[in-house]
Amino acid sequence: MDAILLQILNGLDKGSAYALIALGLTLIFGTLGVVNFAHGALFMIGAFCAVTFSKMLSFSHIVVDETKKDFLGNPLKVEVPYIHDLFGVTTGDAIIDWAVPLSILFTIPVMIGIGFIMERGLIKHFYHRPHADQILVTFGLAIVLQEVIKYFYGANPIPTPAPAAFAGSFDFGAMLGFEANNIIYPYWRLVYFAFAAVIIGAVFAFLQFTTFGMVVRAGMADRETVGLLGIDIDKRFTIMFGIAAAVAGLAGVMYAPINSPNYHMGMDFLVLSFVVVVVGGMGSLPGAVLAGFLLGILESFASMAVVLEFIPGINQIIIYLVAIIILLTRPRGLMGRKGVMED
Amino acid sequence: MFGLNKKDGGLLLIVAFLALAAPFILNPFPEGSAMAQFNAGYPDLMQRLVIFGIFAIGFNILFGLTGYLSFGHAAFLGVGSYAAIWMMKLLTMNVIPAIVVSIAIAGLFSLLVGWISLRRSGIYFSILTLAFAQMSYALAYSVLTPITGGETGLQPKYNDPRILDAALEPGQSPRANLFGLDMKASSELEIGNWIFTFNTGYYIAAIVMLLSFYLSIRIFRSPFGMMLRAVKSNQQRMNYTGLNTRPYTLAAFVISGMYAGLAGGLLVAMDTQVGAERMFWTASGEVVLMTILGGAGTLIGPVLGAGFIKYMENIVSKINKSVLEQWFAFMPDGIEDIMITLIYPFVGKGWHLTLGLLFMLVVIFLPGGLVEGGQRIGKAFSRKKASDDTTDATKTPAE
Amino acid sequence: MAILEIKDVGKRFGGLQALGNVNLNVEENTVHAIIGPNGAGKSTLLNCLVGKLIPDTGSVMFDGQSVLGRKPFEINQMGISRVFQTPEIFGDLTVMENMLIPCFAKRDGAFRMHAIESIADEKDIVGKAEKMLEDMNLIDKRTMQSSSMSRGDKRRLEIAMCLAQDPRLLLLDEPTAGMARADTNNTIDLLKQIKDERDITIAIIEHDMHVVFSLADRITVLAQGTPLVEDTPDKIKGHPKVREAYLGESQDAA
Repeated sequence: MDAILLQILNGLDKGSAYALIALGLTLIFGTLGVVNFAHGALFMIGAFCAVTFSKMLSFSHIVVDETKKDFLGNPLKVEVPYIHDLFGVTTGDAIIDWAVPLSILFTIPVMIGIGFIMERGLIKHFYHRPHADQILVTFGLAIVLQEVIKYFYGANPIPTPAPAAFAGSFDFGAMLGFEANNIIYPYWRLVYFAFAAVIIGAVFAFLQFTTFGMVVRAGMADRETVGLLGIDIDKRFTIMFGIAAAVAGLAGVMYAPINSPNYHMGMDFLVLSFVVVVVGGMGSLPGAVLAGFLLGILESFASMAVVLEFIPGINQIIIYLVAIIILLTRPRGLMGRKGVMED
Repeated sequence: MFGLNKKDGGLLLIVAFLALAAPFILNPFPEGSAMAQFNAGYPDLMQRLVIFGIFAIGFNILFGLTGYLSFGHAAFLGVGSYAAIWMMKLLTMNVIPAIVVSIAIAGLFSLLVGWISLRRSGIYFSILTLAFAQMSYALAYSVLTPITGGETGLQPKYNDPRILDAALEPGQSPRANLFGLDMKASSELEIGNWIFTFNTGYYIAAIVMLLSFYLSIRIFRSPFGMMLRAVKSNQQRMNYTGLNTRPYTLAAFVISGMYAGLAGGLLVAMDTQVGAERMFWTASGEVVLMTILGGAGTLIGPVLGAGFIKYMENIVSKINKSVLEQWFAFMPDGIEDIMITLIYPFVGKGWHLTLGLLFMLVVIFLPGGLVEGGQRIGKAFSRKKASDDTTDATKTPAE
Repeated sequence: MAILEIKDVGKRFGGLQALGNVNLNVEENTVHAIIGPNGAGKSTLLNCLVGKLIPDTGSVMFDGQSVLGRKPFEINQMGISRVFQTPEIFGDLTVMENMLIPCFAKRDGAFRMHAIESIADEKDIVGKAEKMLEDMNLIDKRTMQSSSMSRGDKRRLEIAMCLAQDPRLLLLDEPTAGMARADTNNTIDLLKQIKDERDITIAIIEHDMHVVFSLADRITVLAQGTPLVEDTPDKIKGHPKVREAYLGESQDAA
């Protein structure tokens, strides 16, 4: 029982990331009809927003601290972050400590901006091109974005810690009355899951309860008709793309403490997220979320020692295997609709 | 010539000339000159040029003719490579069994993958092939380590069984050969300041490439090739003409898989080692790029694309800061620095950035690839000469 | 005797009963027209015949064999060819290649791999395709890319492609939709000629009454998914039920 619970918990954070990326992919695909291979890169850029923001917070200048002496007795030069000058030492340190959550505020406008530029500058011109062309051009863009990040940040992962308050783990098992120390779960992963749930909820609420969302949903169901109604679909497409980019970015920001950002993390997640979209059903938002969590948890179950002893290496391929089986038995995925991408 | 019409025969002759004269053509700069580092006439690179040419020619039979975009063809190349290296370990260092078996194994594997993937079309097909390739890659890295060597990869060892070969002398290392002809053997020709290298392995690979190219011309011009183009054009009409599209696409898939296996086997024949990274999906992306860049659906396009990309990869990766400084030395210091800062991110280690940009530019502005670009330029010239023969272009849809 | 027997065919899409109990026989070597107002279920019925849709109930027999459950290419091989509302041809291929494909399909069946033979060596097939193009007055356009032809020419090519397979039943789905008057008349003449020269049964779905009354031997009127009446053109013209279901258009035609 504990083992099962632990695996479910372990699957949640990866599942959340899959779900968020797949959600964005589906939004873009459903509204714009574009297959975006650069979506993983947006996730990666989000994670690097966290890196950038932490770096910006720790910009510092050197002051001579008369109170401290080095071993020769000379006054010591220390680096003082500007943030200390602005907010004082205690608040400043707290801000630096909380860099990752705070960088959400920085990420949203950046990602929406990047989304706008991408859609207006590139994607827009591919609405009427074949899907193969869309895949190829966004694939090229993904390479470019990833290489740009590599150029500025280097090839090595950059550790980006969570706030000290969430750094530890807690004994989930003891909390639920199981044996102590059996289910140890890092706080931050729980935060990530909660965060993902909030974002997913927000996106669904936005689509469900706003006029804008209603038009978008109508557009996903029947693009041509909505276009005929004289609604300015183009502008909404741009906004939708911005939102999808922001969702991917946010997924990335908060993922930074779980997995130190590196330039190829986007591609790693992208391939799996596509599989998630296909399993969930192309064009189905609930399908994307459901499949994201399901596959995340499944992957974590497949990594259990017991399972690995039974079928070695299954953790590496379980997602692909499931995708292949699903596509062959339920060609439209778990919750796919008829007529989406069937030609 | 060989059952080809004049135009196709001419094309084959041009490619044959380029391939056979490559040691000269790719070595335009005299030894010791500043530009000598941009020579590409050394065996290792030339081998890769023609081998990836084969890979792209095969990919084009699937993608160019039927329009099915596979994102997993590197898996077949990888499987071919593993098959070849096992032949070298178990049977003989002669490359013939290695290559034959690599084609066969890749063919069988692509039959399996194609049989499943081709149940779906469009993006679903792309993702299925991608899933298969990633699965193969993950397996090669982990569970299949006894067969694939995992992270370290595989290479022939001194004490492998090799039942057909005589035992090696102590200290002798196993060398790939063709009935005793060493793949790595080269002879050099010095003319003035130029040194040209003729490598056995390269010429064998080049001849195989020419055969593959010839075969692809025959396929393009055959009723089968026409059916494949018809699949791309209108599957509905295919079905309502009593034709079953599935065997056609599957046959194309397997043929292109066998081409990939051949390329994989040749890679091993030239450089006797293999690692799982050649199955990674970026490798699949690379062959897509080669095909598109050259011109998907055209005969010569993939060869050009593969040559162009592998050549550029080699040259651009070599340019470093000091080379740039040398180039712009004539400029005033300030401007020199600016130029270097502007160009530096795109060269050396930045090759992938250039590649990505190239990819985007081609898809955006030149979906027909280099061949279409050439045709446009050609047309622009001929229009100046005579404005009345524009109909020619429509007569020959597949160049 | 009836070459095509449709018995009790019904098809439902969610809450919509598109076809309910359609019974219809098409006699050999006749032209049978199916007319009816928009939404009467004509296209659904046609799709049920060629394997694109599978009816919920009933049976469809062609020449004594059931077509249900067979794939479109199998049904085509039984001898049913279909002409679409918008011409479905191989737009990227030349006119000659378009013509060659059904000729190969007729000879070789659903799949045959001539991967290294040259098309030019297949003298019989090339000859047959050229003959068909000549008959259709398309021979001058043989090297043209077919997507760049006029709509009338595309329609002619599509019909020629269907005929190249020597089908026993030719299904036409509004063959003159969206055509200019002159093109429509040409198409009618072409179909008349086909009817006279070949042993062929034609089933035609059409909106244009002029076309229907110039070609059909028998007419079935479909309304709300069921056949209303079936009779000869003369009887149909004056039929009160038809006027009722079809008022606007039948008056236009008269």
